[in-house]
Amino acid sequence: MTVSPLAAWRDRLAALAPVLDVAEVPFRSQLTVRVSDPDALAAAGSALGVPFPSAACTFTSGTGPFGDAEVLWLGPDEFLVTASPGLQVTIEEVLRGALGTAGGSVVDTSAQRTTVVLQGPLVRQVLAHGCSVDLHPSSAPVGTCVQTLLARTGIVLQVTGEDRCTILVRSSFAEYFAAWLADACTEYLAVA
Amino acid sequence: MTFRTPTGGSIDRNTLLHFTFNGRPYTGHPGDTLASALLAHGVHQIGSSVKLGRPRGIVAAGSEDPTSLVQVEAPFSEPMLLATTVELYDGLVARGLAGQGRLSPEPDPARYDAKHEHCDVLVVGAGPAGLVAALTAARSGARVVLVDEQNQAGGALLGVDEYLDDRPSAEWVADVVAELKSTPGVLVLERTTAFGMYQDGFVLALQKRTDHLGFAAPASVARQRVWRIRTRQTVLATGAHERPVAFADNDRPGIMLASSARTFLHRYGVLPGSRAVVFTTDDSAYCAAIDLAESGVDIALVTDARPEPPARLAAECAARGIEVRAGHVVAGTDGDRRVTGARIAPLAATSPDLTVDCDTVLVSGGWNPVVSLFSQARGKLRYDAELGAFVPGEELPTVRVAGSATGELDLGACARQGRDAGAQAAAAAGFTPGGQVPLPVSDSRCTARSGLVLWRVPGDDDASFVDLQRDSTVADVLRATGAGLRSLEHVKRYTTIGTAHDQGKTSGMIAAGIVAEELGVELAEQRPTTFRPPFTSVSFAALAGRDRGELHDPVRVTSIHPWHVAHGALFEDVGQWKRPWYYPRDGEDLHTAVLRECKATRESVGMMDGSTLGKIDVQGRDAGKFLDMLYTNMMSTLKVGRIRYGVMCGVDGMVIDDGTVIRVGEERYLVTTTTGNAAKILDWMEEWLQTEWPHLDVHCTSVTEHWATIPLVGPRSRDVLAAVAPSLDVSNEAFEFMTWREAEVAGVPARVCRISFSGELAYEINVTAWHGIAVWEALMAAGEKYGITPYGTETMHVLRAEKGYPIIGQETDATVTPQDLGMSWAVSKKKPDFIGKRSFARAENNRTDRKQLVGLLPVDPAVLLPEGSQIVETDRLPEPPVRMLGHVTSSYPSAALGRTFALALVRSGHERIGETLYVPVEDSLVPVTVTESVLYDKEGARRDG
Repeated sequence: MTVSPLAAWRDRLAALAPVLDVAEVPFRSQLTVRVSDPDALAAAGSALGVPFPSAACTFTSGTGPFGDAEVLWLGPDEFLVTASPGLQVTIEEVLRGALGTAGGSVVDTSAQRTTVVLQGPLVRQVLAHGCSVDLHPSSAPVGTCVQTLLARTGIVLQVTGEDRCTILVRSSFAEYFAAWLADACTEYLAVA
Repeated sequence: MTFRTPTGGSIDRNTLLHFTFNGRPYTGHPGDTLASALLAHGVHQIGSSVKLGRPRGIVAAGSEDPTSLVQVEAPFSEPMLLATTVELYDGLVARGLAGQGRLSPEPDPARYDAKHEHCDVLVVGAGPAGLVAALTAARSGARVVLVDEQNQAGGALLGVDEYLDDRPSAEWVADVVAELKSTPGVLVLERTTAFGMYQDGFVLALQKRTDHLGFAAPASVARQRVWRIRTRQTVLATGAHERPVAFADNDRPGIMLASSARTFLHRYGVLPGSRAVVFTTDDSAYCAAIDLAESGVDIALVTDARPEPPARLAAECAARGIEVRAGHVVAGTDGDRRVTGARIAPLAATSPDLTVDCDTVLVSGGWNPVVSLFSQARGKLRYDAELGAFVPGEELPTVRVAGSATGELDLGACARQGRDAGAQAAAAAGFTPGGQVPLPVSDSRCTARSGLVLWRVPGDDDASFVDLQRDSTVADVLRATGAGLRSLEHVKRYTTIGTAHDQGKTSGMIAAGIVAEELGVELAEQRPTTFRPPFTSVSFAALAGRDRGELHDPVRVTSIHPWHVAHGALFEDVGQWKRPWYYPRDGEDLHTAVLRECKATRESVGMMDGSTLGKIDVQGRDAGKFLDMLYTNMMSTLKVGRIRYGVMCGVDGMVIDDGTVIRVGEERYLVTTTTGNAAKILDWMEEWLQTEWPHLDVHCTSVTEHWATIPLVGPRSRDVLAAVAPSLDVSNEAFEFMTWREAEVAGVPARVCRISFSGELAYEINVTAWHGIAVWEALMAAGEKYGITPYGTETMHVLRAEKGYPIIGQETDATVTPQDLGMSWAVSKKKPDFIGKRSFARAENNRTDRKQLVGLLPVDPAVLLPEGSQIVETDRLPEPPVRMLGHVTSSYPSAALGRTFALALVRSGHERIGETLYVPVEDSLVPVTVTESVLYDKEGARRDG
């Protein structure tokens, strides 16, 4: 039996509607890939069916042999590959094979962070209470991916739609994140 | 008697608000401040002064007021608010302060928050210059934020009755604000004070969102919000504050700034008194005098320090029967709780030539541009001798100043500056101008003209107040210069002028002027005191925002945490983690619970949640080489499938962390760190890889939270593991100490390590965090017949201490080497280099009298030494200074030893084994025997079960 970090928060997060539709998407396959060799990056992208992002602070997405997958830029040589649950062992093998002799590393970090999807017209407003990154569409268009702080926890923030974001938060900080989010929604809920 | 005018002011006269001040009931109207409502009832005295107890009133109409400090008692007790900035609401209860308020002992029930905002152009101040600047920038398409501390835009226009473009100025203001608010990308923040300006366009602003609603404030709405604004360009249109003049007894209630009296009249429909004397050095006070006279105040006299009064304004006064006396000043006042008379003297004379009865004295000594934010932004200030004030003295690449903040006094010119600054700021942010904003034309009768710069009137220096809040006088300034102080910064600290809530808004310039006069130097040569945030007071509650209560600091929990809570664990904070401390059963205290947990573990089986251990995946061709450099011992020789304990040192050779290294594959290791150091060690690794050894093919990835880690400990641990991992050969031969195996545990893929932090047979079971609680419960079930006992950090500490295992950060403090810990065996003699190696050759590291880790056994086996106790050599304390040999680092009662014991760092400890030393505990010296640090199972017989 598996338990996700925010399992106990499901109802409390759902209660943030209609301000925000918030749902944990648990047990996603996540692999941290560290590599800088361009050929290895290209090979890894081909193996996944999703090219690795070339621009800083962005993510790519697509469909390949492992279904829908995303590659998040986390640093100059650091990426996070995410896909549906249960694929982490296979993807780890395939990516390591793709890196070949180029060096680099592939690590299963699936349970390191949990995934939370936030949707609603106020999503950027609510996050702006704790996130210092400019989330205005002109500055953070769909496809943006940043590692930053939300209040006092580190997060990875993906802008996945006009009013939709995906947050990856370390498992041990997930409850803090949820509590913060609920508190930040209080005022909007009162007028909603 | 009422001092409310029959008409006028932006107050809602149809609504009556009831409030209480100093225990007496009063009424006012929406739109009033506490100050204006009190003045409407003729109440001038607010409180008394902090040192001298002199009655003090209301000097100004806004946030520059030095005196009207009140404590609001209801709805929630809050100290040190200004009556001039507290918006009136029904039910307000307040009382005047004598310079000091009282923090409520009750928690503040209000919510506070923060919000980040980004813009191209930030405009501070919504007076004429700021409004035009903001609108100009907005029309270019820039993202604009306009902040203003008042509850409505208009700035100085709020305090006058000017017409702009032949209509009331409020209409012009309303039009501009309406256009701003309807322009996409523009944010207008009222009741918002930009209080701090920092590098790179970072500005903090405090918005008072529901303060003015009093009891009606919705509980769900954050009362105040700190806006954290990041802007590319800033226009500061912060205006100017009227400056008083210091004269004898200038602090009595009823003495206020002339323009502030004018503001009370036009904005609130309130008269300052019945009969006023005006004391001015420039033109602007004439407008106040004329407006007040037309509203029914008897202007007894206008004294103008200048030899020639302005002809047109003097004529207007004459037409209204107001006497103007040029070359004269107010040299003193009479009165007690309220001014009753003004002593008039020629500027040059030493004694007054008449006293004029009055209940109000209106003072104007010129204008101080508000340059606080400009100065905070590191802008240089320049002394303008004509204004008698510091003005912005340079252009900054991203900060522009417009309006009276530059020293400009004419409205048309101020608006033009605003338009230019707005356009330039927008252009600098990459926007092309939109439609030009027409400049408003004023009908003001007050011509813009600088006056005479006058800091003080000769007289009783001990009663001539410079900083009314600090009770600091001209005499204090003279004492400072007399003592040889020349720097304004030093004078400020010596006199405390400018250090109160108002940060010297009305006093700083006068103090500077008097210092320069006394020293006979030009003010232009003087460096003004540094302006620092906050511009106005900001409460700690606002700064804390929502970071309080459960959100004060993140509480990190493991995947098994809910089980610990459900089973009554008490928790210990380890960094941000909550770790089970111990699991008390009915009636147990820490002591008995831990003895039980220790006994059960040593005699049968126990387990704990070790998930907080830092875990770092180290991969790459050079991983072994890299770890050889990080650890004092050799890691590259470790065989796949095996585990080694390792110590890490800093470059100074002092221990910084320890843990185990698991060789997962040829090019892959898993490193564990102490709970508190997980992030620090990952940073440490990255720092070396990125700065010193970029050529190494190694990558480090934190997997701390990917894994749940469960140490299963005790002689029956093998039986429990065998029950849940049937496919794993758990025999000692097949699964040796310090090796690891992949296995299914409770049906879940796991990595099982034979590692022991207690000396007992033990297995560390690692599964993904998602499976943590299920595997934990399976182990509990399988161990039930052996009385499996969950234990917490306290038992872990006792078990490891009995074996002499140090805890980094408890036994060590950044001055302890591996050798001091008795771990020379963990320091490689073969490796050519590793971090810290060089330091081990230092003479200091090889002294035999270093503090070394030893065990201590109190001679009385029941005595528990307090951790941190000092250790001395003799059974009697000599005269101080007493030579300290070291200190107790860990101390516990031990079930296994049947007595208490301790670990300690002791000078020459290794040589002292067998000696008796003494530990001062309260009034006695407790004798202890020094032993080796390993106290239990020295042979290691229990390791294999």
